[in-house]
Amino acid sequence: MRPGRRVSARPAGLLIAVAVLAAVLVLGIGSGARFLSPGEVWAGLVDTGSPYYRIVHEMRLPRTLLGLVVGLALGLAGAIMQALTRNPLADPGLLGINAGASAAVASAAAFLGIGTFGGWVWFALGGAAVVTALVYAVGGGRAATPARLALAGAALNAALYGYVSAVTLADTASIEKMRFWTVGSLASADFATLRLVTPFILAGVLIALATARPLNALSLGDDAARALGARPGVIRGLVIVAVTLLCGAATAACGPIVFVGLLIPHLVRPLTGPDLRWLLPYTMVLAPVLLVGADVLGRVLGSPGELQVGVVTAVLGGPLFLYLVRVAK
Amino acid sequence: MITTRPRAALVGGGALLAMAAVAVLTLGTGDFPIAPGDVVKALAGQGDAAQTFIVNELRLPRVITAILVGLALAAAGAVFQSVTRNPLGSPDILGITSGAGAAALTVVILGGSSTQLSLAAVAGGVGTALVIQLIGGRRGLRGHRFILIGIGMTAVLNGIVGYLLTKGVRMESARAMLWLTGSFDGRGWEEALPLLVVLLIAVPVLVLLCGPGLRMLEMGDDIAAALGVPVNRLRNGSLLLAAVVVAFAAAAAGPVNFVALIAPNIAKRLTRAPGPNLLPSMAVGALLTVGADWLATHSGYPIPVGVVTGLLGGAYLVWLLTTERRAGRI
Repeated sequence: MRPGRRVSARPAGLLIAVAVLAAVLVLGIGSGARFLSPGEVWAGLVDTGSPYYRIVHEMRLPRTLLGLVVGLALGLAGAIMQALTRNPLADPGLLGINAGASAAVASAAAFLGIGTFGGWVWFALGGAAVVTALVYAVGGGRAATPARLALAGAALNAALYGYVSAVTLADTASIEKMRFWTVGSLASADFATLRLVTPFILAGVLIALATARPLNALSLGDDAARALGARPGVIRGLVIVAVTLLCGAATAACGPIVFVGLLIPHLVRPLTGPDLRWLLPYTMVLAPVLLVGADVLGRVLGSPGELQVGVVTAVLGGPLFLYLVRVAK
Repeated sequence: MITTRPRAALVGGGALLAMAAVAVLTLGTGDFPIAPGDVVKALAGQGDAAQTFIVNELRLPRVITAILVGLALAAAGAVFQSVTRNPLGSPDILGITSGAGAAALTVVILGGSSTQLSLAAVAGGVGTALVIQLIGGRRGLRGHRFILIGIGMTAVLNGIVGYLLTKGVRMESARAMLWLTGSFDGRGWEEALPLLVVLLIAVPVLVLLCGPGLRMLEMGDDIAAALGVPVNRLRNGSLLLAAVVVAFAAAAAGPVNFVALIAPNIAKRLTRAPGPNLLPSMAVGALLTVGADWLATHSGYPIPVGVVTGLLGGAYLVWLLTTERRAGRI
């Protein structure tokens, strides 16, 4: 890309995005049954004598941090999937990957009586891995077109949804356990969940970032990528591993959340251009803004209860998806 | 029009015969097994009193509902696939079933009557169809755009459904989940009658008025228009009617997924005839629902019929995508 104003604006833009993220995190910690001002949030964070210390540390901080981590994971997964499949509509939710994780978790809950996140996460990862590979294969691998991939995702989504309902219907107790989880919610966040989920997502992030440059090369086609020293097969494998880690861990922690991975890369692309070395960091900063923001919105709109974050992202993301389909050639 | 196509008649007739056989089997099985011969006698009004009661009063309403739902879903699916010229353009993929489900679920959670539930399902289904048509625009009716819009709509509606599920208290949620999956459990005349009325009105219109026109439409809009087909009116009218039919089916049994997708596909493969293949599709649809219901009730532990069709349908869809890709059609 030519050196110019746009290029030099990208680091500055990223700094602004980080500032926005910080503001949204403060908002996330501040909002709840009793709204805390930024000053009170700060006091609650650092001052053990503050009346808000316990509520901030036990409830709002883990919830907000989980939103940060999960949002980042979903956004990043969407961005690298869109790059890999050259498919503007790729999203872990739409492609059935979250449903795969859900199906595995539902099986674990119903057949093995596993009811904790620490037990679920392995199943979620396994389910996500199987579906990621399957949707890629059914969608046509390298020959995948956006429509083909979306349809493969829809097919898998439908079949897996049928399976999840069969499993949960067989056992009312597991319906009760899972009905909040299947919507996508941050409500049950705690530090234990956060500690379990972070290593997986961190590994996914590192792999995803490592693929940024070769994925750029791959966007020129396999032959060009090989000429540039990249190995297409290895890159595809790495991306699938990264998507599995990111989506599986995120889904295990808060259920299937749709559209975050679709929306953010699309909103970011006009700012950064197609270069993944900029697109990915922007996505990592702004995707949590969407998720934590949607969570706050859900708590405000749903007050005195809450509107689950998965519902908010579906309702926000759907119209954008429809718009993208409408303008697409 | 039907008499000129012996192969289609053969497919339709064969499917109906198979369906009748499965229906007799279903009517005969349960806590009080009845031999197939006795089931037929009871149906003809010549069996003994106990068997006649069990078959005609207890088991027949459920089987009739299953048959009607199968007929309705397949008819709607055939019209949708014909208009979109796409084997994947079925009401469930397009989100119309989800729309009916979301609206009906609202009524379940609010504790409304079954009449209100039916009305809501119809409004939700038809409303979703209108929104899809609105977003798709004139050109959007065909090709993959239409289907992608449907996938997007489905995702949004599923989000809303999920929210509604968390709103209900425990018992309502279990009931709502069961309804959402599609089930013939405890369905009877009350659910079957409105659907029967709609079918009696809609099917002759679809078969006699829309069928021939849709067959011409598959040759292309221009040719059809030159042959005197009112292209846009036919397309919009038949889609709307099909959306009403599928919404009534959803109101009767919940969204029994994939029958609308699979039945016309199978019928078309068997008849090898152009056009929507309405009557053979309907026969295959009824066979599918009755068969799936039998599987659902005799699979070891009882599961709703929608789970059976969902699993079959998902597998079928994966297979369809693979073959369509090889054939280079998508």
